[in-house]
Amino acid sequence: MDINTKKLKKNAFRVTKERGKTAARIRVPGGHIESKHLRILQNIADKYGNGTLHITTRQGFEIPGIPMKYIPDVNKELQSIIEGLEINQVSPNSGYPASGTRNVSACIGNNVCPFANYNTTKFAKNLEKAIFPNDYHVKIALTGCPNDCIKARMQDFGIIGMTDPEYEAYRCIGCEVCVKNCKKKVTGALKFENYKVKRDSEKCIGCGECILKCPTSAWTRSNERYYKLVIMGRTGKKRPRIAKEFVTWIDEKSIIKIILNTYDYIEKYIDKDAPGGKEHIGYIVDRTGFQEFKKWALKDVELGEKAIVESNIYWE
Amino acid sequence: MGYSMVLDQFNNILESLKEDYKIFAPKVFKDKGTYSDTDMIRYGEISSVKEIEFDQKSYYSAKELILPITQTLFYFTEDNVIEPKVDNEKGIIIFLRSCDINAIERLDEIYLRNGQEDPYYKKLREKVKLVLIECKNSFENCFCVSMGSNKTEDYSLFIRKKDNDILVDLKDDEFLRYFETYDKSEVLPNFIESNEIKVNIPANLGIDAFSYDLWEDYSSRCISCGRCSTVCGTCSCFTMQDIFYSDNLSTGERRRVWASCQIDGYTTMAGGHEYRKDKGERMRFKTMHKIYDFNKRFGYQMCVGCGRCDDACPEYISFSHCINKLDKLVKEVK
Repeated sequence: MDINTKKLKKNAFRVTKERGKTAARIRVPGGHIESKHLRILQNIADKYGNGTLHITTRQGFEIPGIPMKYIPDVNKELQSIIEGLEINQVSPNSGYPASGTRNVSACIGNNVCPFANYNTTKFAKNLEKAIFPNDYHVKIALTGCPNDCIKARMQDFGIIGMTDPEYEAYRCIGCEVCVKNCKKKVTGALKFENYKVKRDSEKCIGCGECILKCPTSAWTRSNERYYKLVIMGRTGKKRPRIAKEFVTWIDEKSIIKIILNTYDYIEKYIDKDAPGGKEHIGYIVDRTGFQEFKKWALKDVELGEKAIVESNIYWE
Repeated sequence: MGYSMVLDQFNNILESLKEDYKIFAPKVFKDKGTYSDTDMIRYGEISSVKEIEFDQKSYYSAKELILPITQTLFYFTEDNVIEPKVDNEKGIIIFLRSCDINAIERLDEIYLRNGQEDPYYKKLREKVKLVLIECKNSFENCFCVSMGSNKTEDYSLFIRKKDNDILVDLKDDEFLRYFETYDKSEVLPNFIESNEIKVNIPANLGIDAFSYDLWEDYSSRCISCGRCSTVCGTCSCFTMQDIFYSDNLSTGERRRVWASCQIDGYTTMAGGHEYRKDKGERMRFKTMHKIYDFNKRFGYQMCVGCGRCDDACPEYISFSHCINKLDKLVKEVK
C-alpha cells in the first residue's frame, strides 16, 4: 500500500494504530448540527467503518475503522454535510481541506441557554468562514457567558459572551435579588444604596445575571454585544496553562480580525524546524514576547470605546 | 357610536390626541427581553398605530401607568414638605384588553373605595382614558372567562385593526370631535367566550383552608422572585422609602415603590421577625387574598385571570392550577 500520510492528514483523515485503517474527522463549527446529517455519518460508519463513531473533544465526529482505499468514497459521502454546514472547501467531493486549525467549538449558547449573552453557533460559523481551511494549529472556542462551560480558558483563543447591563432606577423595587446574587455568585459588583442599586463597572464582568433575576426589568441588556477575548491557554505535555484576558468588552468584528492577524504572525514567527512543521501559537508568543504578538494582533483593528486591552500578560 | 377609517387617518387622530394626551399601548421593546436576542412586550408611549402590539399579551400589565413603580410622594427639608408637580396638562390614554380594564377597576377599589381615597392614585387615575383592544384568541394561561373579566363596558373607545382599516366604537363624548368627520359604521367589540383553562373558585372557601397541606408544595417550589406580583394587574401593594440626600442629611424625599408578599422582607419587622418567611405560607396568603379576602370585602373576585403570573413564573408554578387544586380539596373536605 502506498499512502501519502501528509496528504491524508491534510484531508482530515487520521493515521490510526491499525495498519491500513483510517478515521474520518468531521468538523461541526459551534457543535450544532441538523439531525439529518447524522444519518449520513451513520451510513459512513456502517458502510465503510466498523459501525462506531466517536464524539471528539472539539465537538466534531471521528469515524474509525475505515480502510484507506475508501477515502475518496467517504469524501463524496461527506459532501452534503460540508455543504449543509457551509464549510469552506477547495473543490467539491474532496472532503475537508485541512487538519491544522481545529474545529471552532462552542457551548449551546442563546439558542437554548438562558445565561448565554449571544448566539454562539452563529459566531462560531462566522469564525469558521473567516479562518478555514488553514494549516496552522489554532484552537478557538466560544462560550455564551462567564460560566465558561466550553472551557474557553483552555484555548488559544477563548471568546466569552458579555453584556453591559443597563439600569433604570425608576423600575427598581429594591428586592435586592440582583445584589444578593452578584455578591454570592459573581463578583459583588452591585450594592444597595438609598434603596436603589449601584453598579461598580470596574468589578462587573458582564455576565448579565442581574438581568435574569430582575422581576421588573429594571435591568436590561445593552444593545451592543460585548465579549471577553482570552488568549494562549493550552493543555499538552510541555507547559499547560489557563488563557488570560487580552481584550475585554471587545466586539465580534475585532475578534475575527485579531484572529486573522494572528495567522500572519504565526507565518512570520513559527519555528521552521519544529517537528512536523507544527508549533502551537502559545509557544511562539512565549518566544517573541507578548508585545510583539500584540503589535501583530491589533494591526488595523478598530476597537470600540469600551474595549480594554491588557498592557501586558503574565501567564504562569 | 361607530366609525371606520384607514390607518393613516387614525394616525392623524393620534397625532392630534397627542397634543392633549400621552398615549400608551403594549409595544415591542426590541432585544429588551430577559434573555439575549429576545424582545420584551410591555407598555410604552406610542405615536402611531403601527407601534401597538395587537397580537401578543404584554408581559407586564398596564398598572404601572397609574401606579408608578417608583413614586415620589413628597420632598422634605428640616421644616418643609413639598409635593412633586404632576403633569397637569396632559391626560393619559391607555390601549388595553378587557382583563386589564377589569384589573384597573380592582385597583380603583383598593385605592379609591377602600376607606380613604389615595390622592396620588386619584390624581393620575382621573387623567386616564381607556381604549379597549380585542383578543382574537385566548392566550396561553388565560382564564378570564372563569373570572368574568373577559368582558367590559368600561371604555372610552374601542378600536379594531382590520388590515388597513381601523374601526372605532366611541362611548366617551369627549372624543367625539376627533371622529365626527369620519364614516359612520356599526362596530362592537368581540369578547373571548372560552379559554383553554377553566378555573373553579372554591365555593364555601374558609380559613380552614389555611391548614391544607397543598401550600407545602410551594415552600420548596417557589423561589420568592416576585415576578408573579410584578406582572400582575391587580397586585397593588407598595412600601415606603425615605431617602436622605447624601450631601445634606436633613433633606430628602419619601417614595413609595411596589412591594410584594412574595418577596423576602415584605413582613419583616424591627428585630428581624417575619410573619410569613415560608414560601408556601406566602402563596397561601396571595391565593386567599385574590380569591377569598378581596371578595369578602368587595363582593367580587380580585384575580382577573390574565395568566401573567403563570407566564412569568420561572419555576412554572401555575396560579390557575393552584386554585383548581384548592377547589378539589375544599370539595373533599366538605
